[in-house]
Amino acid sequence: MSRDGHQAERLEVDPIACAGHGLCAELLPELIELDDWGYPLLANGGEVPPELAALARRAADACPTLALHRLRVAAAAGVGRATP
Amino acid sequence: MTLFASISPMWLATRGAGVVAFLLLTTTMALGVAGVLRLQARGWPRFALDAIHRSAALLALVFVGVHVATTVLDGYVDVRWIDAVVPFASGYRTFFVGLGAVAFDILLALAISGILRQRIGHRTWRAIHWAAYACWPIALVHTIGTGSDSGSVWLLAVIALCCATVAAAVVARLGVLRGDPSPPAPPAAGRTTSTGRTRARAVAR
Amino acid sequence: MTASTPRLMAGPGRGTVALGDHLALHGLPALESGLGAGALADLAERAGLRGRGGAGFPTDRKLRALAEARRAPFVVANGSEGEPASGKDRTLLTRSPHLVLDGLQLTALALGAERAVVAVRAGAGSARAALATALAERTAAGRDRVPVEVFPVPAGFVAGEERAVLNALAGGPPLPTVRRPWEGARPALVQNVETLAQLALIAAHGADWFRAAGTAAEPGTTLVTLDAAVVREVPLGTPLSELMPGASDANRGASDANRGASDANRGASDANRGASDAHRGEGDANGGAGVRALLVGGYAGGWVDGAAAGRVRLLQADLRPLGATVGCGAIVALPAGSCGVAETVRLMRWLADESAGQCGPCLYGLDAIATALEPLSAPRRPREDPLPRVRRWCGQIDGRGACRHPDGALRMLASALRVFAAEFDDHVRHGACERCAAPSLLPLPAHAATPEEVAA
Repeated sequence: MSRDGHQAERLEVDPIACAGHGLCAELLPELIELDDWGYPLLANGGEVPPELAALARRAADACPTLALHRLRVAAAAGVGRATP
Repeated sequence: MTLFASISPMWLATRGAGVVAFLLLTTTMALGVAGVLRLQARGWPRFALDAIHRSAALLALVFVGVHVATTVLDGYVDVRWIDAVVPFASGYRTFFVGLGAVAFDILLALAISGILRQRIGHRTWRAIHWAAYACWPIALVHTIGTGSDSGSVWLLAVIALCCATVAAAVVARLGVLRGDPSPPAPPAAGRTTSTGRTRARAVAR
Repeated sequence: MTASTPRLMAGPGRGTVALGDHLALHGLPALESGLGAGALADLAERAGLRGRGGAGFPTDRKLRALAEARRAPFVVANGSEGEPASGKDRTLLTRSPHLVLDGLQLTALALGAERAVVAVRAGAGSARAALATALAERTAAGRDRVPVEVFPVPAGFVAGEERAVLNALAGGPPLPTVRRPWEGARPALVQNVETLAQLALIAAHGADWFRAAGTAAEPGTTLVTLDAAVVREVPLGTPLSELMPGASDANRGASDANRGASDANRGASDANRGASDAHRGEGDANGGAGVRALLVGGYAGGWVDGAAAGRVRLLQADLRPLGATVGCGAIVALPAGSCGVAETVRLMRWLADESAGQCGPCLYGLDAIATALEPLSAPRRPREDPLPRVRRWCGQIDGRGACRHPDGALRMLASALRVFAAEFDDHVRHGACERCAAPSLLPLPAHAATPEEVAA
């Protein structure tokens, strides 16, 4: 995880990989709800508040198709980088 | 008590751990297929089934470890540590113990690739994970072929139950073999379009 | 060469402009000396050139992004044109292949590319023939330093999307892919063929010359396809009423004269704008009458009320507030007396079926919307008002595909719900009208993008 423990994190869905299993919405209902076809809708642009970081990680790990990505939000341009 | 009096506790532990590991493998298989088919038990969230699938697999690995350790430490038969991972090298029931080693190796590969899934990516993980369908039948033949209890009614009953469970799972899985299936019983709006299309198999590289 | 239109389409006769005529018109010595990436980007920036493929992205920013790439990029001239209402890319390639190839060559040299590709629609026979002839002429003349390949792209609405073209070039299917930000963008520059031709013109004649047409914010000319049949080159800022098929030829002639006049005192761009202002009044007077609405910017564009056509110019500044876009310049007129609801519903169904089927929200969402709307123009009247549901779905689907296909479809639908609000209301209450069954005015070709076509 991040060194300072406070680095902003953002979730992003790979829409091609996502098959709508919906585990993410079960694990992280605070940020993810499902549309009428079972595909995830991210609240707040996918931004993860620090207190939900652990759950976000669990949701990303649980995704059967690994379609939910956690991106570190760079301070400047908002360009994300994956956290493994 | 009189029945087991002549047998060492180690050897009993070996057989017990083996059977428990096989039961756990069966559970893992069934839950894994249920996950692919998007089956859902009432009151059980999908992530819970997924978590049990993973936990059962790890627990199976633990029991296989006990199974191996007690076999070797018991010293009653000619099985060395190396025979647990290198197939067909043991002096005792070379073929059937060898199958056990094969199943163990596959199980290790499945566990390691599962833990590293985020790093190796979905495609690689998925390719490796198909080996689960080989792991279970090999473990089955090992259980029947090596097992000292294979004549007993209780073990035959356990094996029959496991076979029925996995057979049902595999038949259901074959029904939706093409790619990652859309759920058979989707939520609100349905997962087949009005023109009968479903998702193209993800082809992006 | 004068700054008046035609520029891209200039040349003797109506056929393909041969290399000799092309050199006489445009010369382009810069091709021999070569421009650096920075210089080319500066030139594009001074000219204010924006992409002509549909998205309208500033060309200089694309160039600069690629100039920083670590590996040598390859450059793609995208003429795949999946939009059925557009024919301008094929027309341009047929008429002025050398402009496109000059632009491609300039860009490839500036970026140090080792590979340059022209992606053409697989079925576009005359464009491919013209390209082949032009490439042979250039080889004979030793004009190209970066080797150029022609790559046929199968038909299909999303097959022309930038990453779909790159995917096809990499040997994959012509389907959009996800750009994963951490992978580092594949160093490839995809530019619409018209954008490259415009870039060649700018390099040959200068940024100021380019800016003599169009407005200060949106300079230059652009190619438009009218009613999926006629391709014209017009200055950006031309009133839509003047572009409407059915606007009288006299009217068109007058406006050309107008532009010629302002051309004489070029540089005084105010005069130019004044002239076109005066012209707008005219357009109002004789536009609008026979046209209920215009679909501007192609099938992912937006509907514009025919009555407003005289006040709206072919500019993002005018079209964006209306929910439309210049897009690829395809404009289709819906004559008064035809049914906007039926046209919209049919188009929505077609766009839903054109989904590549890779992303759930696009595949299932667009289909659900089309299915909900279809009863409005079907013989049996709808049992309930589908519009609240449709509006909720629109809010859910926007921005959730790997490409912009769902967003474009929803933009079209949103504009239709505004422009045809009264008609939709009427259809919700009373069901299909007597004109709903009329054949579609928009060309909606059957599905085509099969692998066999790629080979053909």
